[in-house]
Parts: sequence; structure tokens; C-alpha cells
Amino acid sequence: MLRFTVRRLIQLVGVVAVLSLLLFAWLRSLPGGPVSALLGERGTEESRARLTAELGLDQPVITQYFKFIGRALSGDFGTSTGVQPGTPAMDIFLERFPATLELSIFAIVLAVAFGIPLGYLAAKRRGGWLDNVGVVGSLVGVAVPVFFLAFLLKYVFAVNLQWLPSYGRQADALEATRVTGFFVLDGLLTQEWDAAWDAFVHLLLPGVALATIPFAVIFRITRAAVLDVLDEDYVRTAESKGLTLQTIRTRHVVRNAMLPVVTTIGLQTGALLAGAVLTEKVFAYPGLGEALAISFERRDYPVLQMVILMAALVYVVINLVVDLSYALIDPRIRTR
Amino acid sequence: MPKKLTALRTPMRRLAVVGVAGVTALSLASCAQSQRGNDAGQGKVGGTMTFGAEGAPKLFDPFYATDGATFRISRQIMEGLVGFEPGTAKATPELAEKWSSSPDGKVWTFTLREGVKFHDNTDFNAEAVCFNFNRWYNQKGAGQSEAVSQYWVNNFGGFSDGKDPSLFKSCTAKDPKTAVVELTATTSKFPDVLGLPSFSMQSPTAMRKFNADDVKAQGDSFVYNEYALKNPTGTGPFKFVNYDTANNSIELARFDGYRADKAKLDKLIFKIIPDETARKQALQTGDIDGYDYPAPADWAQLKSQGFNVAIRPAFNIMYLGFTQKTNAKIKDVRVRQAIAHAINREQLVKSQLPEGAVVATQFIPDTVDGYNPDVKKIEYSTAKAKQLLAEAGASDLTVNFYWPSEVTRPYMPNPKDIYGAIAADLQAAGIKINVTTKPWNGGYLTDVDQAKADLFLLGWTGDYNTVDNFVGTFFGTPGNRFYTAGAPWGEKLAADLKKADAEPNKAARDQLYKGLNKQIMEEYLPGVPLSHSPPALVLKKDIKGLVPSPLTAEEFGPVSKG
Repeated sequence: MLRFTVRRLIQLVGVVAVLSLLLFAWLRSLPGGPVSALLGERGTEESRARLTAELGLDQPVITQYFKFIGRALSGDFGTSTGVQPGTPAMDIFLERFPATLELSIFAIVLAVAFGIPLGYLAAKRRGGWLDNVGVVGSLVGVAVPVFFLAFLLKYVFAVNLQWLPSYGRQADALEATRVTGFFVLDGLLTQEWDAAWDAFVHLLLPGVALATIPFAVIFRITRAAVLDVLDEDYVRTAESKGLTLQTIRTRHVVRNAMLPVVTTIGLQTGALLAGAVLTEKVFAYPGLGEALAISFERRDYPVLQMVILMAALVYVVINLVVDLSYALIDPRIRTR
Repeated sequence: MPKKLTALRTPMRRLAVVGVAGVTALSLASCAQSQRGNDAGQGKVGGTMTFGAEGAPKLFDPFYATDGATFRISRQIMEGLVGFEPGTAKATPELAEKWSSSPDGKVWTFTLREGVKFHDNTDFNAEAVCFNFNRWYNQKGAGQSEAVSQYWVNNFGGFSDGKDPSLFKSCTAKDPKTAVVELTATTSKFPDVLGLPSFSMQSPTAMRKFNADDVKAQGDSFVYNEYALKNPTGTGPFKFVNYDTANNSIELARFDGYRADKAKLDKLIFKIIPDETARKQALQTGDIDGYDYPAPADWAQLKSQGFNVAIRPAFNIMYLGFTQKTNAKIKDVRVRQAIAHAINREQLVKSQLPEGAVVATQFIPDTVDGYNPDVKKIEYSTAKAKQLLAEAGASDLTVNFYWPSEVTRPYMPNPKDIYGAIAADLQAAGIKINVTTKPWNGGYLTDVDQAKADLFLLGWTGDYNTVDNFVGTFFGTPGNRFYTAGAPWGEKLAADLKKADAEPNKAARDQLYKGLNKQIMEEYLPGVPLSHSPPALVLKKDIKGLVPSPLTAEEFGPVSKG
């Protein structure tokens, strides 16, 4: 188990190193760039050239890259030029990561809480109304673009009905105390119930929008996996052995069906950031997704690098965790 | 960012209720008092206003900023020697009570208001004024970069190390209420330029304490100091409280030691909502009290929903620029005139630009002194355009036409549609177009500056009321983005503009500029001025007292809610 983990960790470092170089070179091959963004209408060819030199952007990409790595190793990932100009990119990441994580956890909990039981029930009552509604519903869930759903939800529940807030993470008037950066958790920890509730209410619309795709996928995979397992010989054997239905379900069906579901949950969690870019933009939710969208628009290289690299790192780590949990669920993997 | 002891918070709130009642009673009393001798004191005192901003401020020290998001905030916290009359671009005394200049316009004596305090309770006086001037002039290292001290570099030139000549010579505190500023040359922009937010007066004590001059270039960007990020200290009606970056909001509070009518609002919050639709919906749901730059396409809807769309007087210009470098035919003035005649600007303004927009006859709006009403108008005539092209032997003219995507500017709300209208007009006159679109920050500005575009759409929002701020920016140096150095008159125009700028007598100066504006339009035509188009802001009906400013220099001090 230890060797397995160590091997995967070394691979992880390699992936991140290669990715950072590719990303760095790609960003710098884009036309325009931070100099344009900094000078705007006031720029001239001359002032542009001067500033490019001052920022070291005229040096070869590989030189710039090694300088960047050198600084990064000492914890300096550059300072934002567009999203929150003047703030270190690392601080922006640290501040916005909890926001996105909070939203993502909420979304994935929603997706799992509804996806697995419904998928299981749909499989058990295959061909019944629940199954049919579920299958069609999940198809729609996958097919509808996240940002469209986000707009729709916002328009109906925030703008028209005014039941839920239209943007942001928390009302300003609350002046809530910040501890961890997870606003709901902060509210609970400090017993500022109104602040926790307000943060939770702010999560609802973006959370539901973000949860639809993972929900749909988890539902379908659970349903398919359970159906598969129900057909297996060992389930029939267990039945003929005279085990109670309860034991068969929990020991044999659910446990075996969970393997593909766990993979799916992991992959979907990693993919949430893609959905978060659009959802967060629609709801002006100050998370990584919004930072990514703005930093691209304004060519904020340090923040772009930071967010994309960290997103990749998170993705890779989640995959590692999924693999490790495989090993826990299925002992055969450990020995391989 | 913990603000108070958590365990105490809930009981504190209960206490706060009692406190609020007391404060309300007090503020009602003070309101009644202030209204007695003062008409301006109308409107409710108290409350919080939340205003939607389109972007995060770069920082809070306006000297290092060029962005509207920073200036919008620093204008509430700080004041300059010179201000602008609300609703106009006319310079008016602010922290200076009055000023006078020597006959040659090089020595300026400012008489300061007395009894003014900075937010840190230190005194504003002539020494503080000179501290600020000397601070600007003595920037070192990265502080001299054009991306950092852009307004100083553009308006005053160099620094004390003498690498580049500077307009500024010295500042002397003659006595606590008299500051004398000496310049190295005469210029039309003085003293109006001191009304720019970048040249606001800031507390010397606070700047020293928090290392205000510490700026470093690092990697792709600049690193600023504690002062610029967290401790801006001025004399304005509001003081800085907090920037909650996790929640994207900036909080200001009334400064009770303000020198004149105190702010009506208890709190002023700027909420950063970068997405235009999200801003609109936040207003519609009542989460914010107003926001800046509603899209002109939304004006009618917002009005019908009972919001107040406050239109600013237009103080900008949108133009179609020519690059006199690569395309030899464009160097022929007849071709440039043909293009000007081919464009139906009346129709463009009517169909593509918001209510209140007007056709531009020259490169400045008519509110700027030096505007020439007698400039010959270029009428719309496809036939005339064709005839001029034929005369120039350019009937087969093909142009590279650039327009920017992923951007709206106050003077150019919808670049794509504006391009479309102009392109159709040009094609009707037989001109062929190679079109290129690039994102504003993603290559557009760079390509234009590298002379890749024969025709390009661009513009300018004025900083203060001088011709130099518009025309001088465009053509004042031969190395400009129109590449007028490539034209036989480019150097002369730059020299003439310098001469006019240095004329100390205002009447004579205005006369020179009038002549130049006529010459630019009738002889040179380096671009086609298209329009002056007013940007707006939108407010809830219960927000009162906000005067839309052509310089987007709105003051929230007199604003009340409810």
C-alpha cells in the first residue's frame, strides 16, 4: 500500500511539472497580454516596449519559466494584474478556493444524496415509473448546458420570484466573522446562525445548477452498476443460500456496485471546476471559476497560472484518492 | 478577516440595537440642525448604500492607479487641491481655497483651506501639500514605471533623478496655508490636472507609516505596499474601512471630521460584480442600490421598471483612426476624405449609440474650451466619396479594418455593430475591406500600435477640460498610434500643439487651438471623429443627490437613501 502511494505521488509531481511548462508557454503565446491590459488606450508602441522589458516579458519563454519556478519554489507565484490587482496570486487562490470548494462539496453532496438512492431504486424497479422518469430526467440533466440552467434558475427564483439571492456568497450587512473561509462552516463555528443560513441560501441556486450533471451521471452509473451486479452469479448463489434480502443488498449488491460509482464521483468532483467557471460567473460568486473567467479576459497571467495549475493539482489528487479508495474497497488492487 | 471577538458577537448585537436607536436619535437631531442654514442638507441621513462596480480596484492609492474602479473609491476618500464642479468638467477650488499664477504661468501660489484634517486626525497644510508633490517627484525604481505612475508620467514627465525632463520643479510651503508650486514650463493643463484623482492629497503620516512608496516589479506584475492596499488616508467625506476580498466588497464609512457637509450615508459599500447581466439582476432583485455603466440596450427596460438611469454629459470621443504607415493610398488626404464622406455618421449615432449621443465634428466635445464651431462639416455622400477616390486613383481601394471584441468602452458600447454599420457604408462607396477582429487585451491594441490596421476603432474619455488632454494625447508626439510622423505635416502638428499648450494667455491659447482643430479636420484628417456618446449609471428611485459627472467623478457625500 505504501509503495503504491509513493509511486503515485512521484507520478503526480511529474504531471504537474510538465503541465506547468505547457501552460506557461501557452499563455505567453497568446496575443496581447498584460502590457496591453495595463496601458489600455494610453499605450503607445514605445511605452508598450518599455513596459514589456520592465516586466521581463521580452525574455525567452524558457528563461521566464525558470525564473517563475525559482520564485514559485520560494512561495511567490506572482501578483494579480487583473482580478484583484496588487494581491498575490497565492492569496487570491487561498481565498477563493474555499468558496469553490464549499460550492463544489455542496453540489456533489446533492448529486450523491439524490443520485445513488434514486439510481439504486430505479435499478430495483427496472421499467417502473421511477426508472423511466429518472432515465429521461438524467438525460436532460446531462444535455442542458450548465450556464443555461444557471441563468434559468436565477431568472425564475431570484429575479422573478425573489425567493433566493441573485449573486454573491453572503449579504454584506451581516458583517460575519471569518474563520476558515467556508462561510457556512464559519457561521456554525461562531454560532452566527443568521450568517450560516445566509451563506447556505446563497449556495442553493449555484449549487443546484452545478449539481445537475454529476447527479445525472451518478444516477445512471449507479443504476447500470446495480443492474449488472443483480445479474451476477454470486447474487444468485447468495439467494439460493437463503441469505436475507437485506444482507444480499448491503453485502453483495451495493458493495460491488459501488466501485464504478466511486470512480465516477471522483471524476465528477474534479470536473466540477469546469462547471464552476460558468456557474460562478452567472451568480457573481467569488470563487476560482469566476477568477479564472476574469483573469482570462484581462490576461492576468499570475492568477491564470495559479488557478489552472492548482485545479490540475486538485484533479490529480482527487484521482489519487479515488485510486486509493479502490484499493480499500477491492483488496486485489493492493497486491497488483 | 475576523472583525470582532466571536463569542461576544451575538450579545453585542443586542446591545447594538440600543446603540442604533441612540445614534438614530442623534443623527436626526444633527440633521435638523444642519438643515436650518443649508438648502443642500436635504435628504435622509443614515443608512447604507451598495453600489455595483464592474471591476476590482487596482489598489487604493490613486497615485499608482489609472483604473476607474480605483478612482471611483478614492474620490470618496480623498480630495485634491483642485476639484470639479459637480456635473461639469469645470475646475473649481477644493482643498485649495484659491490660486494665482505668475504672468508666465510657471509659478503657482495655492491658498489652502484651514482646519482640514486627514482621516488619521493629522493636519492638512502647505507642508502636507509639498510632501505629496515631492513624493510624486521622487519616485524610484518600479515607482517610475509607466504602468505604475501613469498619470504622473503622462502629465508631468520625468522624476527627480533627471533621466527625463519633468514639468515639476519645486514646491515650497511659505506658511501653513500657502503652498507655491514651480513648474519648468508653461502648460494649459495646469492647474486642472491637479483635479485628477491621482493627484489627491494624502496623509504624509499615514504614507510614511505604511511605506506608501514601496513598489516592486516582480515577475509579470507589480507588488504594492500596506498603504496602497489597506490604509489609504485622505480628507474626503468617507474613510476607508475594509476590503473584504473573500466577499468582493469594499466598505467605506462617514468621516465625522469632514471639513464641510458631512456624508449623509453611514456606510457606502462598493460590491464588485464583473458580469453586466449579474449587475442588472442584482439591482432588479434589490440587492444593490445602483451600478455603473448599464448597457445602453438596457436603458429603456430599466427606466420602465422604475429605476433612474442617470445619463452623464458626454466627455469623450469615438473615432475611426487611420494609420499612415503601411497602406500608401491612405497617405493621400483625398482617400481619407473619401472615407469620411462615405460614412453616414448621423445614422450611426441614431441607430447604434445611446440616447444623448451626438455626431463629432472634431476630436473634442463642444464643452472643451478651444472647440471650434466653424469647422466645416463633412457631409455624408457616397457619390462624393467615389469621386474623391477616383481623383486619387484609388477606386480599387482595399483597407485592413480592425475592430475590438470582448470589450465595451464608455464611448463605444458595441464595437461589432458600429463596425458593421461603417463597413456597409464603405462598401457602398466601392471600398473593399479585409476585416480583423481581436480581443481588446488579446492583440487588438498591440496590433493597432504596430500599424497593422489601416482603419481602426478607438476613442478616449477626457480627464480634464483642455484640448491638450484630447488632441495632444492623439497627435502631440510624432510617434503616436496614427503614425502621423509618416505624413508630411506630422512633425509640424506636434510642434504646433506644443506651442499652443505652452501659451500662458488663455484667450490666445483657445484661439490657437481653434485654429488647430480646424486645420486637423480640413487639411490633415488623421482620423474621422465619429461621436460623443454619454455613459450612464443607474440608481434606485430612493437614492437622491448623485450628480452624474462627465468625468465619471461622482461624489457620494451628498447622496442619501430613502
